[in-house]
Amino acid sequence: MATNVLMEALSPTMEEGRLVEWKKQEGDTVAAGDVLAEVETDKAVMDLVARAPGVMLKHLVPAGTTLAVGKTVGVIGKVGEVISIAPAVATPPPAAPAVVATAVAAAVAPSPTALPPVAADGVAARVKASPLARKIAADRGVDLARVQGSGPEGRVVARDLDRATPSTAPAAAFRPAVSAGASFTDVPLSQLRKTIAKRLAQSIGPVPTFYLTSEIDMERVWEAREALNAGSAADRNEAGKASKISINDIIIKAVAAALKQHPACNAWWQDDRIRYWNDVHVSMAVAIDDGLITPVIRHADQKSLRQISAESRELAGRARERRLAPEEYTGGTFSVSNLGMFEIDQFTAVINPPEAGILAVGGTVQKPVVQDGLVVVRRRMRVTLSCDHRIIDGATGAAFLKTLKLMLENPLALVW
Amino acid sequence: MASYDVIVLGGGPAGYVCAIRATQLGLSAAVVEKDKLGGVCVNIGCIPTKALLHSARMAGVIAHEAKDLGIEVGAVTTHYGVAMKRSRKVSEQNSRGVEFLMKKHKVTVIKGTGSLLPGKKVKVGVETHEAKKAIVIATGSRVKGIPQIGLGINKTTVISSDEALFLEQAPATLAVIGAGAVGCEFADIFAAFGSKVTLIEALPRILPIEDAECSDAVAKTYKKRGIDIFAGAKVTKAEVGPNGVTLTLEVGGKAQTVVAEKVLMAAGRAVNTEAMGFKEAGVQLTDRGWVKVSLATLETTAPGIYCIGDVAGPPMLAHKGSREGMFVAELIAGHTPHPIRYDNIPSVTYCHPEVASIGLTEEQCTEKKLDFQVGRFPFSANGRARASNETDGFVKIIRDKKYSEILGAHIVGGHASEMIHELAVARENEYTVEEIDLTVHAHPTLSEAIAEAALDSMGRAIHI
Repeated sequence: MATNVLMEALSPTMEEGRLVEWKKQEGDTVAAGDVLAEVETDKAVMDLVARAPGVMLKHLVPAGTTLAVGKTVGVIGKVGEVISIAPAVATPPPAAPAVVATAVAAAVAPSPTALPPVAADGVAARVKASPLARKIAADRGVDLARVQGSGPEGRVVARDLDRATPSTAPAAAFRPAVSAGASFTDVPLSQLRKTIAKRLAQSIGPVPTFYLTSEIDMERVWEAREALNAGSAADRNEAGKASKISINDIIIKAVAAALKQHPACNAWWQDDRIRYWNDVHVSMAVAIDDGLITPVIRHADQKSLRQISAESRELAGRARERRLAPEEYTGGTFSVSNLGMFEIDQFTAVINPPEAGILAVGGTVQKPVVQDGLVVVRRRMRVTLSCDHRIIDGATGAAFLKTLKLMLENPLALVW
Repeated sequence: MASYDVIVLGGGPAGYVCAIRATQLGLSAAVVEKDKLGGVCVNIGCIPTKALLHSARMAGVIAHEAKDLGIEVGAVTTHYGVAMKRSRKVSEQNSRGVEFLMKKHKVTVIKGTGSLLPGKKVKVGVETHEAKKAIVIATGSRVKGIPQIGLGINKTTVISSDEALFLEQAPATLAVIGAGAVGCEFADIFAAFGSKVTLIEALPRILPIEDAECSDAVAKTYKKRGIDIFAGAKVTKAEVGPNGVTLTLEVGGKAQTVVAEKVLMAAGRAVNTEAMGFKEAGVQLTDRGWVKVSLATLETTAPGIYCIGDVAGPPMLAHKGSREGMFVAELIAGHTPHPIRYDNIPSVTYCHPEVASIGLTEEQCTEKKLDFQVGRFPFSANGRARASNETDGFVKIIRDKKYSEILGAHIVGGHASEMIHELAVARENEYTVEEIDLTVHAHPTLSEAIAEAALDSMGRAIHI
C-alpha cells in the first residue's frame, strides 16, 4: 500500500515548510529513515525522512514549494503500484516528530524540551474551554492552553482543572530541597508572588521586565584570555587550528557560575508556579541572515571554558547554516546576547520566555576611569540584565549582577 | 437460529433508541418486545398522561378563565371517558411511530418475552437468537402496590396508573397515595374531571425530591383547586371494600380518616428482573433490586450484557433511559461516547402549574455547605405571563458565589417543562449565570424570567 509523504512539523512552532530540495528522485529505492528531502522550517533547514520503505513513486510538489504542515508532498510505494495522484489533504501528524529529524540529534541531555503552548499541528490554537473553566482558570492562574480538555472536541471543562491544579496542595510551601536526579524544583506561587505578578503584568505587558546595568572592569579577563590563547596557540588541536577562546566564552562561563549561586535568576515562569532549574543551560543569541536563533549550551556550569568555547563555535556555525535541531535551540534556562562586536556600548535585550532573564553584553572598550584617585585607562564592558519581575526582584537581580561582576573582575573566582 | 450484532430486551424508550443508534453505526439489531413498542412511556405512561393533562388544563381554563378572556361558554361538563379515548389514540399514534422507526432503521422486532441463555443467546418462545456483540437489557419497570399495609392492587378499588388510564369515568372520590410526579399528575387530572381528590404523601411535602419552594407553590395551587393534601402522613390502616376504601392515616401524631371510591397507588415502581434467566446468565442485582452495572460502561456482571433504563437504576425517567441507550450502542460499536452526566438530567412534573428542575435543590446546596446565592423571579412580574393568565410560579436559579456556576435551577409555571432546557444547555456547557444574562432574551416571553432570575442571583434583577 502506498504511503503518503507529509510535510511534517519539524519544529515545535512550524506551521509551514518550504521543500528546498528532493534528495530522492522518483523511482529511487528508499528505506525507512532515509532522507527524502530538505525542508526549510521557521528555524532551520531540516531533513524530511521516509516513514516507510519502498520506492519514491511520485513527487507531488516541485522543489521550492511552500506547504502547510500535514499536506502531502509525495508518495512512497511498491514498484509499479498505481496511485491516485490527488494530493489527499491529510491531517497533520500528531506531535512534531523532531527526534527523527536527523540533524545531530543523538546525545542531547534528556532534560528540557520546549513547552510551547501550541497544538499538535504546530498552530497556536484557540483554546476551547467552558465559561466556568475559564473563570476557575483565571482565578487560579492556570494557563488553559496547558490543560488537557476532556469535554467534546477536547474542550477544557471544570473537572479538567481539578485534575490540572492540585488546589488542595499548600500553596506557599517552599520546597527547595530536591531528590537526587531531579533537574529542577517547582515552587507553587505564594499569594504575594501572585499579586506581584498580576500587578506588574498589568502595568507593563505579559512579561514585566526591568533592567539593571553594570560596568565591569575587563582588564583581568582580557589578560587571562591573552594568556590562555597564547598557550593554546602552541598546542594546536587535531584539525591544526588554534581554538581561540573569546570574551563571550568567558562571559558564558561566568554567567553559568553566577547562576549556580543565584538560582532565583535561573528559572522559568510557568503561570502557576516558578520552575527553578538545578541545571544551567545558557542560550546564546546568534545572528543569522534573516533573524536570530538561540542555540543552548547545556550544563554550561559543568563545562570547562575550552568545552564551552568549542561548543559555542560549533553551534553558532551550524546556526548560521540553519542546521540546528529543535532540541538544540530550546530549553535554555537563561540567555546571553552579545552585540560587542558591533561596537555597541550598552543595550537592553528582550527576554526569551519562559526564561527569567537575559544578559545584554556591550563591547569591551578602553576608557579613562578613576582608580585610587588617579585617572587610568582600563578595558571596560557594560552589561544590562533584563529581568522578569514576576520571578526576579530588583535586589535579586542586582545580587546576581554583583556576583557576575566579581567573577569577571577576578577570573580566578571561576576556578575557585 | 437468527443472529444479530445486538439484541435488546425491551422496546421502550431506552431499548428502541439503543437499537436505532446501533443500526446507525452499522450494526444489526433486534428488539424483543412482548407488548406494544414504546413501552410504558408511550402506552401507559408519559404520553397518555400528557394527553389527559392537556384535557385537564383546558377544562380548567374553560371553566374558570373563559369568561374573563371574553369567551362565553355556558355550563361546562367534563367526560373522562372521552378524554381517555383521545389519550389512547395519541398513544396508538406514538406506538405506530416507533414501529415505523424500527422499519426505517431495519431493526428486527421479535414479539414475545425474551430470556437469557448462556453464551449471549436469547430465547423467545421456541426460537433462540444469538447476539454476536452484545445483549442489552432494557426491560423497564411496572407499577406496584403496598400489600404490606393492605393496599395490594386489586384493579377495582385499589388501582394503579395502568387502570386509571383506562377508566370510563372519573370516580367521585379518589385518594392518591404517593405525591411524586405520577401522584401529582393524576391528582391534577382527576380533580379537573370532578373527582374529590385527596393526595397522601409519607414524606413531609409533596414532590419530595423537588426544591421545597416548588413543592409549596404546587401545594398552594392544589389547595386552591380543592385538592386535600396530607403530607408527612402514614397509612396505618386500609379497609378495602367492594365499593370503596377507608384509609386511616397518622398525620402529625393525629389520626385521620379518608374515605374514597378508589385509591390510586403511585408510590414507587418495581423493576422487571424476574423470570428472564438473569441469574443463570450471571447478571447480578443490587441489594435494592436494580441490575448491577458498571457506572462507566453500563455493563452488567455478565461480560457482553449491558443494562439501561429503569431496570439499571434511578432516576427512572424515559430521557435518562434513551440517553443510556445511545451511549451503550456507541460503546458496543467501538466508539468512545461522551460520559453521561447523571447530575444534569432534567426532572419534570406536568401538573398545572408544571414543575421542572435541574441540578441541586437549595436544601442540597445547604447540606453540601456550598457558598451559594439564590436568584428568583416570579411570573407575576413577567408581562407575557400576565398576558396569558399564567402568573403562578417562578424561576429560581442557585448560583455558586465564587465562579457563578449554575448549581441548580427550578421552575414552577405553565410552561416550565419547555423552559428548563435553556438551563440544561447552560449547565451541560458550563455556562454561568453571566452567559445567561448576556444572552438576549426576546420580549415579551416567559423565558425573560430566566434571564431575570440569573440577574437576581447576582443581585441586579431589572424588573423587580
